[in-house]
Amino acid sequence: MTYEPVIGVEVHAQLHTQTKLFCGCPTSFGLPPNTQVCPVCLGLPGSLPVLNQQAVEMAVRTGLALNCELSPTNQFSRKNYFYPDLPKGYQISQYDLPICGPGWLEISVNDKKKRVRITRAHLEEDAGKNVHEEGAEGSHVDLNRAGTPLLEIVTEPDLFSSEEVDAYLKALRDLLVYLDVCDGNMEQGSFRCEPNVSIRPKGQQTLGTKVELKNINSFRYAKDALDYEISRQAELLDEGGKVQQETRLWNVQLGQTAVMRSKEGAHDYRYFPDPDLLPVSIDAEWIEELGGTIPEIPSARLQRFVKDYQLSEYDAGILTDSKELADYFEACVKLFAHPKTVSNWVTGELLRELHSSGVTPEDSPLKPERLVELLELVDSGTVSLKAARELFPELYSTDKTAEQVVKEKGLVQVSDEGTLQTIIEEVLAAHPAQVEQYRGGKEAVIGYLVGQVMKASKGKANPGKVNEMLKRSLTS
Amino acid sequence: MALFKLTLKELQEKFTSGEITAGEIARAYLLRISQVEPKIKSYISLTPREDLLMNAQAIDDGLKAWRKTEPLMAMPLGIKDNICTKGMRTTCGSRMLETFVPPYDATVMTKFNAQKPLILGKTNLDEFAMGSSTEHSAFGPSRNPWNQQHIPGGSSGGSAAAVAADECVAALGSDTGGSIRQPAACCGVVGLKPTYGRVSRYGLVAFASSLDQIGPITKTVTDAAIMLNALVGHDPLDSTSAKRDFPDFTKSAKKKDIKKLVVGVPQEYFAEGLDPEVSEKIQDAIAVFEGIGGKIQEVTLPSTERAIATYYLIATAEASSNLARYDGVKYGFRAKECKELAEMYHSTRSQGFGPEVKRRIMLGTYALSAGYYDAFYAKAQAVRTLIQRDFEAVFQEVDFLVSPVMPTPAFRLGERLEDPLQMYLSDIYTIPASLAGLPAISLPCGHSSKGLPIGLQLMGRPFEENIVLRAAFAYEHATNWRTKRPIIRS
Repeated sequence: MTYEPVIGVEVHAQLHTQTKLFCGCPTSFGLPPNTQVCPVCLGLPGSLPVLNQQAVEMAVRTGLALNCELSPTNQFSRKNYFYPDLPKGYQISQYDLPICGPGWLEISVNDKKKRVRITRAHLEEDAGKNVHEEGAEGSHVDLNRAGTPLLEIVTEPDLFSSEEVDAYLKALRDLLVYLDVCDGNMEQGSFRCEPNVSIRPKGQQTLGTKVELKNINSFRYAKDALDYEISRQAELLDEGGKVQQETRLWNVQLGQTAVMRSKEGAHDYRYFPDPDLLPVSIDAEWIEELGGTIPEIPSARLQRFVKDYQLSEYDAGILTDSKELADYFEACVKLFAHPKTVSNWVTGELLRELHSSGVTPEDSPLKPERLVELLELVDSGTVSLKAARELFPELYSTDKTAEQVVKEKGLVQVSDEGTLQTIIEEVLAAHPAQVEQYRGGKEAVIGYLVGQVMKASKGKANPGKVNEMLKRSLTS
Repeated sequence: MALFKLTLKELQEKFTSGEITAGEIARAYLLRISQVEPKIKSYISLTPREDLLMNAQAIDDGLKAWRKTEPLMAMPLGIKDNICTKGMRTTCGSRMLETFVPPYDATVMTKFNAQKPLILGKTNLDEFAMGSSTEHSAFGPSRNPWNQQHIPGGSSGGSAAAVAADECVAALGSDTGGSIRQPAACCGVVGLKPTYGRVSRYGLVAFASSLDQIGPITKTVTDAAIMLNALVGHDPLDSTSAKRDFPDFTKSAKKKDIKKLVVGVPQEYFAEGLDPEVSEKIQDAIAVFEGIGGKIQEVTLPSTERAIATYYLIATAEASSNLARYDGVKYGFRAKECKELAEMYHSTRSQGFGPEVKRRIMLGTYALSAGYYDAFYAKAQAVRTLIQRDFEAVFQEVDFLVSPVMPTPAFRLGERLEDPLQMYLSDIYTIPASLAGLPAISLPCGHSSKGLPIGLQLMGRPFEENIVLRAAFAYEHATNWRTKRPIIRS
């Protein structure tokens, strides 16, 4: 039988605030265990949480970018369960009053656009980590991560293939990085996804039994795990079996999913409003204020580049792939109003150098001002396009101005008519046969003569000028 | 007169004038404690003698340089053992935290320490402040200084007993459903529960977060005002602490009349179950208020009868979550020889908590469970709102309310230990003000035929501690109960 998968996704995005969600501890990674902690995130008796306003602001900005309804009050609730990495025995999360209500995100799959409905997005604190060292006796708990702010973003079951999930995850990740609220690093766990998937015979309306997938820390695994799970469920149904409602872990080594816990093992989290925290009010004025600070989302920027700068979708796509590169491009265009030329240089020479030196556009040693200077020298004919390309690596890796490099390399283009005339006359005298051919009507031979002049000038002659002057000399 | 018999205000005056030194105060109290403590058992931990004398010496030495004293400087205080004290064991009366030494100070301790008091020790309480008698302390009960066969009340029973027995000049307690007022009534001293949000809860080990409030237990109303001055103020570390201005509360405790104030008498507080002796003393007190210029008005608070049920749902629900952190993983007690995680949780919590705490955790867990939440916790919150509205309506007409603190005088040790419901009913008159977050004071208003103190409760509008203190002071000075002290028999 042919089945259709129906998939919803939960993403946990770590907000890169300066401090944790409910205390003043830093959110830095990779430090020695239990060094980024205080009475609050250790859950010491008597300690109390105080909400981090920066996290609220990031959640509201994300909500606005995801077209979410933002209710005037939201509330934190306690999710109660026991686990060693959860120091208070409950996680402060949001339950019936999340900060962001229904919204949507547009994705594009095989050139078809589609809206994925967002159910909600809510703030919660991260847990610590249990550490099981090989050979060591017992397990240990590291609470450095405990209390780090997470935004959990949940979709409706609107995705119907692993490709769509992939497109959604990438679009969401780009958006969060663009908004500067999350670094989007899946391997380090700052962008975690938990898809849930069910299948149903094609054409059927009712949903099948869903399975939640965990332990997915790359886009690749998300796709692999979903593909595996979809075919596992299809085989099960074809054999007359039933899909169990359960949570399954993706095993990278085996390329399989395996049961983690069944529905019967599900917790009763006993949610109730956290009496230590007041309801959070978000007034309309503040929302409006924050709306103004939201950068354009990647897909909208791509369209604008195509429309305003007359770039191809392909080039605009490369430029808007990272916010920094798009910003770099626009900074250049502001100084030098030839978008197509700028685009060629940025997506060509610049990107090549950036990649080979492993540097982000923001940290590029060649700033837009110096690049534009080079483009102006080309535009004014002071330097040839070819020479400009040749000198680019040096310009990129030093802090010299374009003009300095051009001079040092002796690449200033010769446009002076007196100098050029001397060279032209020498060339014409040395190639009487070609002169004869040209005058006999074989005008294409001028290309050969231009080449000879360029060679004689060691490439410095302005080719346009040479062409024009040669024609004059030959017809006179 | 012996130093330990002085009130906070009197002791403060003698110290400020230079008549006595911090060293003399410390030695006087060390002696008093050594004589009385074996009988009363107010303290779980005492500051070591050498440390206390050193602290006193530092005050006496520093005084010349500082050139000024603070209201609580050199004042010998007891601190309820559920308030975190940096470097000093904080047990909550529980085996679970028997060895727990907090690495930080509660906000109230930071405020106190800035004034350089003499902290004498940590006082006894029912485990995690759950109880009305201190009999639920893992370290054994404290005794009522008026009659050692009787309970001192609870949960701040150690603090109330210590003040009554002159083992400290004043103490801190915490009140969730009556835990400051009820022991103050049992021991014949003054206990003030401030408005919820008035005093920071940061560092107070949580029992029920939406109800817990720290407050003073003292010998007089004036002393309570002095202590309150040192406690109040917004704390950025406690999101529920109020951003409110506060007056100098000692100025409220000055007038000897209550002219122009309307005194409300809620009829529901004089119904079935009230001991006739207690009822009589409260009626006497109402007559005193009338005599000093108050206008007496009968009022009704119809939701009162639902208060106990409401309280035991909300408080236990919050407690079940607040006490989840005692799991043996990070600090405190951990059961020995556990093979795996679930066993460690189970054994640690089974062995570390006493029966009353376990009872409340189970009640609260049940109230929050899927399928029961709406019927229990959500409904209790709705009733809590009704109780608040009752008070709001009544406070349109009256300035403060008068009631008993407890239906009976202090009962005998062991009398209600096997009957938790009877024990819970001893909080019937203190719980409504807790649910509504109101300021309320308990002060002595007479003695039973057996010589046990009886307490009078005054409740006020939110953040109007000044009115409650004014009325309490006027009553205190229209009567002479404050001069009656227990004689501690060997």
